[in-house]
Amino acid sequence: MKHVDEYRDGAAARRYADAIAQMVTRPWSIMEICGGQTHAIVQHGIDRMLPEEITLLHGPGCPVCVTPAEAIDAAVEIALRPAVILCSFGDMLRVPGSQRSLLWAKSQGGDVRMVYSPLDAVAIARDNPEREVLFLAIGFETTTPTTAMAVLHAERAGLKNFSMLVSHVLVPPAMSALLDDPQCKPDGFLAAGHVCAITGAREYEAVTKRYRIPVVITGFEPLDLLQGLHMCIRQLEAGEAVLENQYSRSVREEGNRAAQSAVGSVFQVTSQDWRGIGTIPGSGLRFAARYAAFDARARFPDLAPTPAPPSPCISGEILRGARKPPDCPAFGGTCTPEHPLGATMVSSEGACAAYYRYRKPAGVPKIEEARHEEVPR
Amino acid sequence: MNDKPFFTPQCPSPERDEGLITLAHGGGGLLTRRLIDDVFRPAFAHNAEDLTHDGAVLEVGDTRLAFTTDSYVVKPLFFPGGDIGSMAVYGTVNDLAMCGAKPLYLSAGMVIEEGFALADLRRVVASMSRAAQVAGVRLVTGDTKVVERGKGDGIYITTSGVGQVRAPRPVAPAQIREGDAIILSGDIARHGMAVMAAREDFGFENDIASDCAPLAEPVLAMLDGEIDLHCLRDLTRGGLGTALVEIAVDGGCDLQVARSAIPVSDTVRGACEILGIDPIFVANEGRYIAIVPGGQAGSALAIMQRFEKHAAVIGEVGRPQQTGQASLTTMGGDYVLDLPTGEQLPRIC
Amino acid sequence: MCLAIPGELLSISGDDPLTREGRVRFAGIVKSANLAFTPEANAGDFVLVHAGFAISVIDEVEAARTLALLDELT
Repeated sequence: MKHVDEYRDGAAARRYADAIAQMVTRPWSIMEICGGQTHAIVQHGIDRMLPEEITLLHGPGCPVCVTPAEAIDAAVEIALRPAVILCSFGDMLRVPGSQRSLLWAKSQGGDVRMVYSPLDAVAIARDNPEREVLFLAIGFETTTPTTAMAVLHAERAGLKNFSMLVSHVLVPPAMSALLDDPQCKPDGFLAAGHVCAITGAREYEAVTKRYRIPVVITGFEPLDLLQGLHMCIRQLEAGEAVLENQYSRSVREEGNRAAQSAVGSVFQVTSQDWRGIGTIPGSGLRFAARYAAFDARARFPDLAPTPAPPSPCISGEILRGARKPPDCPAFGGTCTPEHPLGATMVSSEGACAAYYRYRKPAGVPKIEEARHEEVPR
Repeated sequence: MNDKPFFTPQCPSPERDEGLITLAHGGGGLLTRRLIDDVFRPAFAHNAEDLTHDGAVLEVGDTRLAFTTDSYVVKPLFFPGGDIGSMAVYGTVNDLAMCGAKPLYLSAGMVIEEGFALADLRRVVASMSRAAQVAGVRLVTGDTKVVERGKGDGIYITTSGVGQVRAPRPVAPAQIREGDAIILSGDIARHGMAVMAAREDFGFENDIASDCAPLAEPVLAMLDGEIDLHCLRDLTRGGLGTALVEIAVDGGCDLQVARSAIPVSDTVRGACEILGIDPIFVANEGRYIAIVPGGQAGSALAIMQRFEKHAAVIGEVGRPQQTGQASLTTMGGDYVLDLPTGEQLPRIC
Repeated sequence: MCLAIPGELLSISGDDPLTREGRVRFAGIVKSANLAFTPEANAGDFVLVHAGFAISVIDEVEAARTLALLDELT
């Protein structure tokens, strides 16, 4: 696949890893807030290619995992009501809210449907005029334009039976919240390339200036990540703190104006709860007044409030690097990957799930000094 | 290179265990294995090897028979490249083949939901008949039950099969040895993606066709070619990845596989990239791996390629270990595989 | 959030900016994507697709430059 395969070249990736190793003179920690980047780093063993001095921190970048339990509980409750079709992205279906997941609701007879695009939910609404169709709108800024457009399509089609349960999250306020925490440690950031393709670079420039920290907008393939890391570490070694754009083939300075415009007309910025972290002001979206009719929370005002179960979960502190998973009283006992209590265990990209797996006896082989040759095709 | 902890990105995890069977228990991954270990093995197994492999090899007088059973549950029932009927026949034929046996006879039990269309039943049965012919087996006995409307997904089929073991030595994970080659019979992930695409409406213009097919011929050809088959495994639920993990654990050896050596068709690749699905954990219904002595890799591969041109050597068996692990070689080192906890769902992040 | 894949835009249909669609090829799969956010896209371009929408047109010059940076490493 063009524009994908070229960036998965192992030999080229190793050259970047070597260049980083030669450049580094002291320890640096670099954080990314993007589930997709975390995924790629782990899949390709990117962090294992880097010298000891470099620590990669995985911030709260999995939108599915930071979606508050309350939103899932609301979706589950609505899904069980008669004459409702609840549509959701696939990876959201399995996440438990405070008790139950959407897959559970489906097993109880709820009409829960997986969709690839919010427009598919609009099509379902069009095809089922006698049913209420809801879309669980989660995701970062890459996804918000697509859900905004779903609303615009629904408005254009005059649909009265379509609404969205919105629980979007925005990255820059989360970055600021992490950096405002004195216990938070990153020296540099990789900004999520696809989020920036939409939002542009401006807000991230503000972060570099305010916190004097280098930020590199980075793509998702191994070569992108290594190049982004190389750029970030070069800055750190040189004492620089500016915004750079590694992902220039997809990210423009101004971002995507049409997408920003759609989001700006359908939504407004608001406070948002992040699972395992808490409330971050200005980090979420709610409907603008003009589109209030599409707000599922307004259509279903009588939802039972989610009881906040007393939880020993310390995800928030772990995400900021203030505590480590073994510090947590629930770790490995009441909280495991099969029954997680917080975001860092729900996502196996999270620190707690990582530590949990590493504890397994016998056997993660020590990495040899010699490089592996990739088996030729 | 450094010593970083590994974690397997699968977001997110399933629900807490409440003493109830969940869909994930049927996924072929971690929870299925737990179910077998916690519930079935204590009740049925006489020794450590019982219930570890898809088929049982039994000594009856002078003959060695292979005996297996499998149940077929799929939605939708008909999909490009196959249907529940052909799956039910080939699946059991293949389990027998994986024991190094020539499949001979099948039985079929059908549980049909009230209201199921007779025309659909005829279609399924016709497909089974065709598949049996292609596979060279006879369906000799069966049973039919009907359940109330709403109590069954159209139709469930269980097939059992009996075959004559042709392999001179046992074919099982316990036979694998350091230095053995791991050979994959063809490109992966077609079946799971075909069924998912047929079930959900992703709007793909072109169909993905399942690879549903019988596998006894290549196995018998390798036995004729005097290949020393240490282990065979068809890559059904849970895909290639699950098979590798299970064989590593049951065989007590590390397995090392190069992801770059694993063939994936263009169509499947495109679908997996768009949906964020890893092909190594997707089900196949016409693919297997053969683990043979390193010195025979070339000959075995040549035979396998006669049947499926994309067959390829993908890795090798490493050292014996207390707990064998299967790893993929990545640019950054060995990525240890874990059993998936449920069927992969398309992801947004 | 992050899963967006580049595909080749084969053809475009519709004039309405909101509903303009393109057929996009990803290896062996062809699927349509909404082009409301990439009004400048033309057939033959590569577009980045997320959740059924093209969110960016891939800049071939920048792509080449990105790969060429590798040569600048010592």
